[in-house]
Amino acid sequence: MFFPISGADISPIYLAIVGFLIGILGGFFGVGGSFIAGPALRLAGLDWNFAVGTDLAHIVGKSVVAARRHRALGNVDLRLGLIMAIGTIGGAEVGAQLIQMLKHAGNVNLVVSVVSIVVYLSISTFMIWESRKTLLLSKGRSQRGAVKGAKSKKDYSAFGPVTRSIQRLKIWPMISLPTSGIRAISLWMILLVAFVGGLFSGFLGGGAGYIRMPSMVYVLGVPTHLAVGTDLFEIIISASYGTFSHAIKGNVDILIALVMNTGAAIGAQIGAISTQYFAGPKIRLAFVPLPLIGAAIVIYTMISGHKF
Amino acid sequence: MKQPAAKSLRAFAIELAVYAVLVVAYFFLVLHLLGQWLYQLEVQHRYIYAALAILLILGQAVLLESVTTFLIRLIRGRSE
Repeated sequence: MFFPISGADISPIYLAIVGFLIGILGGFFGVGGSFIAGPALRLAGLDWNFAVGTDLAHIVGKSVVAARRHRALGNVDLRLGLIMAIGTIGGAEVGAQLIQMLKHAGNVNLVVSVVSIVVYLSISTFMIWESRKTLLLSKGRSQRGAVKGAKSKKDYSAFGPVTRSIQRLKIWPMISLPTSGIRAISLWMILLVAFVGGLFSGFLGGGAGYIRMPSMVYVLGVPTHLAVGTDLFEIIISASYGTFSHAIKGNVDILIALVMNTGAAIGAQIGAISTQYFAGPKIRLAFVPLPLIGAAIVIYTMISGHKF
Repeated sequence: MKQPAAKSLRAFAIELAVYAVLVVAYFFLVLHLLGQWLYQLEVQHRYIYAALAILLILGQAVLLESVTTFLIRLIRGRSE
């Protein structure tokens, strides 16, 4: 099928299958999946600028489907999502400016690659340690690993004491998030977490759900199921902003995004429904390979010089 | 345990088949008709194209979510 906007000739079945796979990941983990979608679009022959912009447009559609499903399951904190969107957009702009500065300095590729490898490996290592420790601790409790239905939203984490210390920081204004079960937390802490997520999004590309989702769990103390659903809701707003920004620069082939979204719609539903059958620590443990895949792609790019 | 799993798998296969037919029809009817028009818009009116791109992806997502939810309810309801 010929796509006149980008001038690319790509099989719609390939696009729908890629969308379907990323939809499952997005629905289950609350991530955009750009670390797979970007290289997959590049592999199909799309220019890198179109791959980035079109991927963002596709993320918007997929996140709408997954977030609506998560909302039906009671996994979306709208208040938290709206506050986070402000911080994310601010962070994304600063991240994009940093990229511009590094471009002028002439070492953008090396710096971004090294930073992304360090970040991805750190997230994976920390999540392996935390989720395994939490699962071992929870064996001592009466809680069972698998939970049926959305009843068990209460989450345990071996990192819990640190999270509670963060929640006790009284930096005005304090706000409550009843949906997430948080009595009081500083607004600045939420904005900071969102800003850092946005910064990585602008700096490394994609939605940066691999940073925001764990940050929501470990720093803000949001239960994993709610972190997944709220992150998806937040991604709708921040990725829409990114799509608009890229579209006016001529980097979005919306027809490709629409085709990818046909597969993503069903994949995202499957992913979102599946979260009901797993406890928070198990979702977090299953999340570990995603940043590792991201790190592997970057290492491969650095060694081979091949830019997907 | 095996019977519900087989039922669920069959329902999912039917869902995929029905969904695939709808999607193929969608490719040929809607995207084929919209392609050239969107291309002209992208070349001549970038800001309108950017706004329309977001509206299209949001609208399609809501529509597809409704279609897939309807299919899941219809087919699973019948198979039980």
